[in-house]
Amino acid sequence: MNEQGISIISFGYFEHDFLGKIADSVSLEFMMPVHIREGHLDLSEYYDAARRQYNGNLLLREVDAQYSAGSIKTFGLFYVDLFIPILTYIFGQAFLGGHTAIASIYRLSNERYGLKEADDSLLERLTKEVVHELGHTFGLIHCHVPACVMASSTYVEDIDQKSAKLCVKCRLQLSKNM
Amino acid sequence: MAKKISILIVDDERSVRDSLYNWFIEDGYRVECAENAKEALHMVESDSFDIILADIKMPGMDGLEMLRRIKSHRKESIVIVMTAFATVDTAVQALKDGAYDYVTKPFDPDDLSHLIRNASKQISLSEENEALKERVVSLENIEDLIGKSAAMQSVLKEVESVAQSNSSVIITGESGTGKELIARAIHSNSPRRFFPLVSVHCGALTESLLESELFGHEKGAFTGAMYNRKGRFEMADGGTIFLDEIATISSKMQVELLRVLESKSFIRVGGNKEITSDFRVICATNRDLKNMVTNGTFREDLYYRLNVVNIQIPPLRDRVEDIPLLVDYFIRKYCTSMNKLPVTIEPSALKRLQEFDFPGNIRELENMVERAIVVGNGKKITLKDLPLQKSMIVSTLESLDDVEKSHILQTLINHEWNISQTARALKVDRVTLYNKIRKYNLKPLE
Ligand SMILES: [Zn+2]
Ligand SMILES: [Zn+2]
Repeated sequence: MNEQGISIISFGYFEHDFLGKIADSVSLEFMMPVHIREGHLDLSEYYDAARRQYNGNLLLREVDAQYSAGSIKTFGLFYVDLFIPILTYIFGQAFLGGHTAIASIYRLSNERYGLKEADDSLLERLTKEVVHELGHTFGLIHCHVPACVMASSTYVEDIDQKSAKLCVKCRLQLSKNM
Repeated sequence: MAKKISILIVDDERSVRDSLYNWFIEDGYRVECAENAKEALHMVESDSFDIILADIKMPGMDGLEMLRRIKSHRKESIVIVMTAFATVDTAVQALKDGAYDYVTKPFDPDDLSHLIRNASKQISLSEENEALKERVVSLENIEDLIGKSAAMQSVLKEVESVAQSNSSVIITGESGTGKELIARAIHSNSPRRFFPLVSVHCGALTESLLESELFGHEKGAFTGAMYNRKGRFEMADGGTIFLDEIATISSKMQVELLRVLESKSFIRVGGNKEITSDFRVICATNRDLKNMVTNGTFREDLYYRLNVVNIQIPPLRDRVEDIPLLVDYFIRKYCTSMNKLPVTIEPSALKRLQEFDFPGNIRELENMVERAIVVGNGKKITLKDLPLQKSMIVSTLESLDDVEKSHILQTLINHEWNISQTARALKVDRVTLYNKIRKYNLKPLE
């Protein structure tokens, strides 16, 4: 088990190279090592038949309970459509100032919206989402600097409007929180 | 926003309370929860909440009764009523009783954030009115917008005065002068600041893509369009749309754009429903639009509609007195983001920077400083750290990574960022090169 750094746990098959690139960006942004592992959960337990989606609250709690030991932060990466009871969907979510966060690639792909898949856009969006949710676990809240990765995104196009990096203010806050 | 807006969530379902609590805390609000109406009323008496989000159906006192009591206690409270089963009757009753809005669970995340931003705007506007209508505009929140020169100060004055209005603005300036920053400054000092600033880089999109980007499309509009998708005009509702490189749009798009600006309404691609959106337009260009009107490549009527206010950003070589300030700012910015102690710059190097003509303007200066911090000795930026002369002699580098980064960057520059040529020159494949560019976060100067 890794005593240090951030663990990214993939649930479902992600290309090694793809995960590696995300891990590189995350590692640069938070200045700590990032380890990639595979996770196994029976997702049917989190499926809501009425909504045909997966319960993000329960999954976040489960990842936290089963996978968070041994690392500073833990991130669960999924393929399935996530929701929480009050919202129609979420890209991901985190325990603010906590240990664990999750995100799904499901709503990030252009194909889902009937557009051509741009080569790097999926990777970029997922990277931003991972950095964003991890930012929350480090206690960062949403930022009003539009290019900052901590800017709030409720639409997939909002994600494209921002960079994958923390702005100077958030970075200072991060170093205070760390 | 000086003071944190406070939200009280009233719902008997714990998962709803928790989810909303997390959502709003991440957005920077102060949030409290109550399980039932009675508890909520107690809390409202001792603490004033700006926004109360309450479920209608709760055991004991229901949400509508609670709404009436809260409104009689504090008329200006904004109460939003939530329900899982919308009926017209309860909606009408809630609005009659003074609810600010009535929403059905579950919410679309975008709708929820719009709803709360609308409410926040109302709160801040009524507070601003109360506060002697005094409006102190602060440009402090705008990163990177720096300059003491007369030229820059007059730009900032224009930004301040135009921010309060709703006029269309055209920002002109050479590339790299920071036109997007000016747009952001106008937006975040305007009453529209609680709503999005949506940017569109017109030059980067083909005509058909631009149309779908701007207006959105309906499910089934074309093969593979499985979902409805909002366009940028729709996303900018309540806020500002920033159209960069406006001079690049086709004559067909010019006609469409004019129509949208006149009617503030449009139809999604493949749709038939008219959608209205309340947005402000800010455009930017590095071309001479007036000249394009004269030679017939840009519509005159569109030009006059966009060009209500024109802000011209001076090129960096016309405000060399700002260079020391900017250098100092970029040094702090990059040293912070690279977790390094702030470096200084040798006076002779600074002097050479002030003599350089910077065709790429501030962006070029910023990239130069960032690069100098990376390749420099970590204490002082010297002349040899700055790519002002043709051949760069790289020495006194500290780690293997530094050498690699600097070598890759120089090779990329030599091949004008042509990835295939650079990869060949470095004898690696393109994927490896891309990975290195990503790893070292290398960017072209222009
Ligand atoms: Zn967030
Ligand atoms: Zn930020």
